[in-house]
Amino acid sequence: MKPSPARLLNILVPVKRAVDYAVKIRVNPQQTGIDTNVKHSMNPFDEIAVEEAVRLREKHKDAVKSIRAVTIGPPKSVETLRTALALGADSAVHVQVPEAAPSPEPLAVAKTLKALIEKHNAEASKDGPIDLVILGKQAIDDDMGVTGQHLAGLLGWSQATFASKLEVDVGKNEALVVREIDGGGEEVRCKLPLVVTTDLRLNEPRYASLPNIMKAKKKPVQTLSPSDLGVDYTPQLETLKVTEPPKRVGGGKVANVDELIAKLKEAGIEAA
Amino acid sequence: MLRTNSKLCRRALTRSYATATSPHALVFLEHRGGVIDSGSLSALTAAEQLGGKVSALVVGSSEHVPGVVEQVKKLKGVSSILHSTSAQYAEPLPETVSPLVEKILSDSSSGFTHVVSATSSGAKSLLPRVSARLDAPTVSDVTSLSHDATSGSTTFTRPIYAGNAISTVRAPGTIPIKFFTVRSTAFAPASADGAGAEATSAEPVEVNDATTEHVKTTIAKSDRPDLGVASRVVSGGRALKNAETFEKTLYPLADALGAAVGASRAAVDAGYADNSLQVGQTGKVVAPELYMAIGISGAIQHLAGMKDSKLIVAINKDADAPIFQVADVGLVADLYDVVPELTEKLRK
Repeated sequence: MKPSPARLLNILVPVKRAVDYAVKIRVNPQQTGIDTNVKHSMNPFDEIAVEEAVRLREKHKDAVKSIRAVTIGPPKSVETLRTALALGADSAVHVQVPEAAPSPEPLAVAKTLKALIEKHNAEASKDGPIDLVILGKQAIDDDMGVTGQHLAGLLGWSQATFASKLEVDVGKNEALVVREIDGGGEEVRCKLPLVVTTDLRLNEPRYASLPNIMKAKKKPVQTLSPSDLGVDYTPQLETLKVTEPPKRVGGGKVANVDELIAKLKEAGIEAA
Repeated sequence: MLRTNSKLCRRALTRSYATATSPHALVFLEHRGGVIDSGSLSALTAAEQLGGKVSALVVGSSEHVPGVVEQVKKLKGVSSILHSTSAQYAEPLPETVSPLVEKILSDSSSGFTHVVSATSSGAKSLLPRVSARLDAPTVSDVTSLSHDATSGSTTFTRPIYAGNAISTVRAPGTIPIKFFTVRSTAFAPASADGAGAEATSAEPVEVNDATTEHVKTTIAKSDRPDLGVASRVVSGGRALKNAETFEKTLYPLADALGAAVGASRAAVDAGYADNSLQVGQTGKVVAPELYMAIGISGAIQHLAGMKDSKLIVAINKDADAPIFQVADVGLVADLYDVVPELTEKLRK
């Protein structure tokens, strides 16, 4: 059977607004969380996901029909979507939650994404279904690293986690992915539709240029509520407290190698 | 409540048993080519701390599984072993293994209350996929846990924000099967003085028309100890200039100490060292007896991967480098002068 030439890719890129990676966070005095009155930006792994989607378009041109960014979060998260649009996404969806609401759990996020994909597939039959979801491998705030796998499980799709290289063959409807695994790398061939999670190694995200930032302001952002998608954000896990990790105090400096060796010996460390 | 002969009391006990079953953990035990991953040994210890039965699940090819099962029988704390063999499991892809795990857990007679694994790249890919299908969360990278048998709730601590905060979360009894992955540096590996657990085989679930196919695996070969479990680690950063100097400067020192070699993200990105050697929030988390940070400034993301090390030694030219705030022993010097000197003097 000849592969259909009209096969077009629709890519969904979920992004998260997180505390900027360079911020030294502080636990709040109530021990309920951290002080969030600090600089936020797009989760670094998600920037890589957006970049990869944009590169796929640059490589496959018209074969990429759409790149849609999605975020779930308070009203301010729309900034993160604007960033994704400035980087090259075509449109965005903002599933808005109240400012004070806790950040939804990964499983609820995965259910939201599944609902969005099903909604897209039901409504936009002429554009074709979503074929590819590219997510960061983890958010640098909760460090869970599970959303992509949850989503692939819920949809029953193939998954390629910790991707460091992604090659999509639009005609064959499959992708070759190199994954970062413990001790080395692994190469897998996945049929589309596919969920990919990005490793740091996948690419180097570009900076949004000023004209693109201006253009992004005109790109469509749809606002939805969790109830529009029939998803319940009541947490399954209960956060009892958030505390500071035990403080480590620097033990001072030594003047030379001999003193260093003396300190090692003191700690019982000798040459093997 | 000690009058167990009373019928009334027995009925009460039966009832409480029905609402909160005693914990039974299924540990997804990983092996590579028939050798058990050390992280899985730590996962067994964590599972044992739940205070109930611990079953190990071993999947793989017929070539490796029997040998692994024999090794697992000898491990302390394992009450039973479940193994499943199929050519499809030779390279355990999440897409092929998850139907099996899902089937085992869906069988109500199995009575599993927890699914446990190491926080390894393999288990990190598999567990959340299965848990979502059972509508349960996966709690990642836990560093301590306690189980309350009365309410059936399990409380975990886990690092968040690159280890700059510790979150305590409770998975209530309403979650029938709790999935979690275990930070292996936080739990001692299970020792090999077990009583010989009984092994049962589970029918593999063959996946026809698999959506994902394994092409190849490339494992970076090294004679040095494995980074994740080494008791000593020598790590290098951007200051090492290139792959050649990285090797020439650090390897002799690592060899003199019998240490594994690690690297900062900067060193890996610049191609001085293999990706698998990256220590940090997004790389390996290590907690050796000795961690030597050489030419590493000490960014938050790097500290996340090593600040639980027992003794941290830093060598850096920059006296203000953040690494000195956590180092037990710091030496402000040019690494090209002092590392060879240190290696030389250690060898004596």
